[in-house]
Parts: sequence; C-alpha cells; structure tokens
Amino acid sequence: MTGTTLPAPRAPFRPQTLIPYAVLVLATLPILVLYVWLTYSSFFPRIEGFRPVGPFTLENWRFLWDPGSVDQLRNKPAIIPLTINTFLFAISTSVVVVLISSMAGYALSRLPFPGRRMFLGGVLLLHSFPSVTLLIATFIVLRQLGLYDRLLGVILVKAAFELPFGVWIMKGFFDTVPWELEMAALVDGASRLRTWWRIVMPLVKPGLLALGILTFVQGWNEFILPFVFMPSGSQQTLSTFVRAILGEGRFVDYGLLTAVGLYYVAPVLVLFVVAQDQLMRVYAGGVKG
Amino acid sequence: MNATALLFMGPAALLVILFFFVPVVITLGLSLTDAATATGLSNWKWIGLDNYDQIARGSFTMLIIRNTIFYVLVTLAFNVVVGLGIALLSTHVEAKAGGFFRALWLLPRISPSAVYAIMWVWAAAAPPFGIMNDVLSPVGVAPRDWLNTDPWVIVILVNGFVGASLGMLVFTSAINSIPEDLFRAARVDGASAWQIVRRITLPLIRWPVLFVLVYQTMSLMASYEYILLTTNGGPGLYTTEVWSLWAFHTALSNYYGNLEFGLGAAMAAGLVVIGLVVSFTMLRLFRFDELVSDPRVEIT
Repeated sequence: MTGTTLPAPRAPFRPQTLIPYAVLVLATLPILVLYVWLTYSSFFPRIEGFRPVGPFTLENWRFLWDPGSVDQLRNKPAIIPLTINTFLFAISTSVVVVLISSMAGYALSRLPFPGRRMFLGGVLLLHSFPSVTLLIATFIVLRQLGLYDRLLGVILVKAAFELPFGVWIMKGFFDTVPWELEMAALVDGASRLRTWWRIVMPLVKPGLLALGILTFVQGWNEFILPFVFMPSGSQQTLSTFVRAILGEGRFVDYGLLTAVGLYYVAPVLVLFVVAQDQLMRVYAGGVKG
Repeated sequence: MNATALLFMGPAALLVILFFFVPVVITLGLSLTDAATATGLSNWKWIGLDNYDQIARGSFTMLIIRNTIFYVLVTLAFNVVVGLGIALLSTHVEAKAGGFFRALWLLPRISPSAVYAIMWVWAAAAPPFGIMNDVLSPVGVAPRDWLNTDPWVIVILVNGFVGASLGMLVFTSAINSIPEDLFRAARVDGASAWQIVRRITLPLIRWPVLFVLVYQTMSLMASYEYILLTTNGGPGLYTTEVWSLWAFHTALSNYYGNLEFGLGAAMAAGLVVIGLVVSFTMLRLFRFDELVSDPRVEIT
C-alpha cells in the first residue's frame, strides 16, 4: 500500500507499534512449533529435542507402502481400508447433516406450524448442551437398535450431535434468501418440496458447501464415538488407530506416530487453507454472541 | 402439524428424539438400576438411589470433585484470558496479519484430537526427546518427564490451547461490531491503548464475555476427550481424573472388565441436569425471543 492511497497521512513509525505483533508471535509460537515439529519428526529416524539424529529419511512413512515391516502395526488394520472407512464416515455424516439440516432449517425459516417456536428453542438448547454426557445412554440406544459396532450407527449418532448446529446455521442462510422467487413458484402451483429443492436450495449453495466442509472435518476428526461405538478392528477409523499406537505404553515409535499423525491431519490442513473463508464464516456464525 | 411441515421436520425430529430425548430419559432411568456387564442388558433390577449413595460415600469422590474444580477453573481462566488477549491484539494490528494469527489459533480446533494429543505427548516426552525440556531448561526448569511428574500442566495446556479459540472468535466478532467512531473519538481525545480497552472495548463486550464464561464452564465440565488422549486420568490412580472421565471409565471403558452402566449413568446424570439447566438459562439470558420472529412466506 502506498501512502497516497491512505485517507490520512500515516503516523510516523514508532517502535511501540511492533509490540502487539511481538506479543502475538510469542503467544502463537507454541502452536506453530507443534505443527512444524510434527512434520519435521516424521522425516528423521530419531529426534532429540530439536536435534535430528541421523539423516533425512522416508523410513517412518513405510507404513504406506510396506506396512508388514513395521512392528507396531502387526495385528492392526491396514492403513488404506482405515482411510477409506474414515472418509466414508466423514462424507456420510456430512451428507446426512447437510440434507436433514437444510430440510429442518427451511421449515423453521418459512413454514408456520404448531410447535415451531418450541422446536427452535430446542435446537438452540441442544446446540449448547454438552451431548457427550449422553454417551452411556446412547450406547444403550444403539444396542437396542442393533446398530452397535456398525459404521451406520456411529454416523447417525455423529449426525444427531452435529444437527442442532447445522439446523441453526441453515435456518440463518434461508432467512437471508429473498422469498419473492419461491412465492412466484408456489403461486404457480409447484409443491413445497419441489420449490425447496429446485429454487431455494441452489440459492444457499455457499451455505451448504460451508456446512458440508465443516461437518466433513468434524467427522474426519471424530475420536470418541468410533472409539466407544465401533470397538472391533475391521471398522476402525484413523483416530482410533492413532490412539491405539499412542496407547501402547512408554516405548512408542514417535517417528512412526508423527508420520501417521501427519498423514491423518494433512487433508484437514489442505481443506483449511483452501476453504478458510467459508470455515471461518460458519465458525463465527456457529458461536452465538 | 401439517403434512408439509412434518415432511421437512420429520428426519431432524427423529434423530433428536432418538439421540437426545431418549438418552436423557435413559440416563436418568439407568442411574436407578444395577445394570452392568455382569447383569447384561436384561437381568438388571431397580435399586433406587443406591448408585447415588455409593458415589456419595466413595473414597475417591472428593478427590475427583477437587480435580474437576481445579481443571475447570484453571482451564477456563487460560481460555478466556488468552482468547480475549488474542482477540484484542489481532483486531488491533493490520487486518490481514490479525486474520493470519487467528487462523493459526484455530489449527488445534480443526485438527483431529488424536493428532493434536500426539503433538503434546511428544513435546512433553522425557529427556532427551521432548521439546518442552529444550525450551524450558534455559530458563531454569529442570528437565523432566512431564506427563508423569506434572500431568496437570500438560492437561491444562492441551485444553487451554484448543479452548482459547472459542473466546477468540466470539470476542473478535464482538469487537469488530463496535462502531469505529468510538475508537476514533477516544484517540482524538488522547486516550491510551489501555484506556481504550479498559473504558470502551471491555464494557461493550461484557455480554459475549459472560456468554463464553458460562458456555465454556459447562463444556469443560462435560469434556474429557483430551484428558483421555493424554494422561487418561493418570498417572497412577485418578491423579488427573475428572468427573466426566470418571463416568466414562466406569460405564464404557475400564481395565476391570465390568462396565457399570447404572453407576456411570448416575455420575453422568448430574452433568446432564447441569447441562440442561445451564443451556436453558443461556437461552433466556441471551434473548431467544429476538431470534425467532415468525416466518414471512405463508402460502401452504
């Protein structure tokens, strides 16, 4: 930026203006160091503090192409099916949440029906309610429905837990859509369902995308639900896999662990960089102020 | 309720009933039974308030209550103070730079908890591995195996760095919605940065601050994911065990093999009731009525 485009002449430089930056850098450093160090550790045979011992290597990453040679991975599910499972879990959760939230969000934004206020209140209440306290009872519900230890069961629970947030966000998006277009369609005799799907949904695409990405990330990251509700190996996700390696006691191979960790977090980091604006918007809207 | 509304609301209502309403009722009901792995899900019987009685007399109950209060208060203080600090600083500097720092603070929140936990466990590892020792020994802190010697430090840091971003986001949007004129006028009058924060910003964001305090107190009481992934309540017996983790261990995951659903449900019941009461109070407090004006399109 050049001085001429500024509305007011720039204040003379004073060293104090750098203090906020210095404080921010210092406070943020631990986070930055953790991520840089995770990456760094995965490419050396051994790391002591900040010092790598030995040369740069891809040895820690051989769980990708030669898992049989990694001692710690014996008796554990293979990485590719795990990744597919995790992806399936995340994408299904995301689709279920986006679809059901936009149906309910639309109804709450547009349709007058008895119980609407109560339902809106309920959605907000559940949004702040700590659903993790219901885990024990949810376990019983899944057992009774025959959905315990099945991917579908975990998807439904995760979707239900994300739903209050999704409904509230989608209602907000529908509220901002002008209603003349859909009024015209309705007057012309189109059904509600058709009007919603063909006319209103395309108008809230940015909202659908933002909510979809966010719930995908939440699903991809989820740990507790698969950990508790899918105990058998074949359907594990990456989070329970990482936890299984981490939980094996004091003699953990940190080279392997950081490589698996980086492999697991990388898609999220890429999504975050690509879709940062959308994510920030939903995050900021999701927390009521 | 008419057919169209039922069609649109049906799926959401079904999930909410199955995974919120029914579990709340089950939690309360289950807490009055002796259901456990030993009894199975069919041979249990009603035992009245025995579970609550057992918790009240338990020899570890006081320790766990103390742990929970300590954990919630210290983490909350870290979250709110750091969140407020980052929000104030990042809105004070150039907008682009501020956004960049806020994005970095969001990283722990958007990363898988299992990976985020790895990073801290690895950083806290015993000499010669962990970087915490590398960073802290020059300032006179003796190198140690942090998870064993000072587990609370790690528990607070792990949760603190995740939780601070909530306050940061809420406070940032609150600060950004303060009219710029107020700040300009104060500067013209010669107010210092601290005076502006103290006299203008803080009084104007007191509601968001209250919201974050209440919301985060409640979610810290209920949360145990990061403790589970780092210390798992240890080292030793219940050193860093908090109430919600205790309920989880009792009913869903322990080394004794007997999962006591009834007893665990009694432990969780308190949290469920607190959660409902606090959520309901927040709904009242933060002006729900203004949020639910009636819909405008009324052709059906």
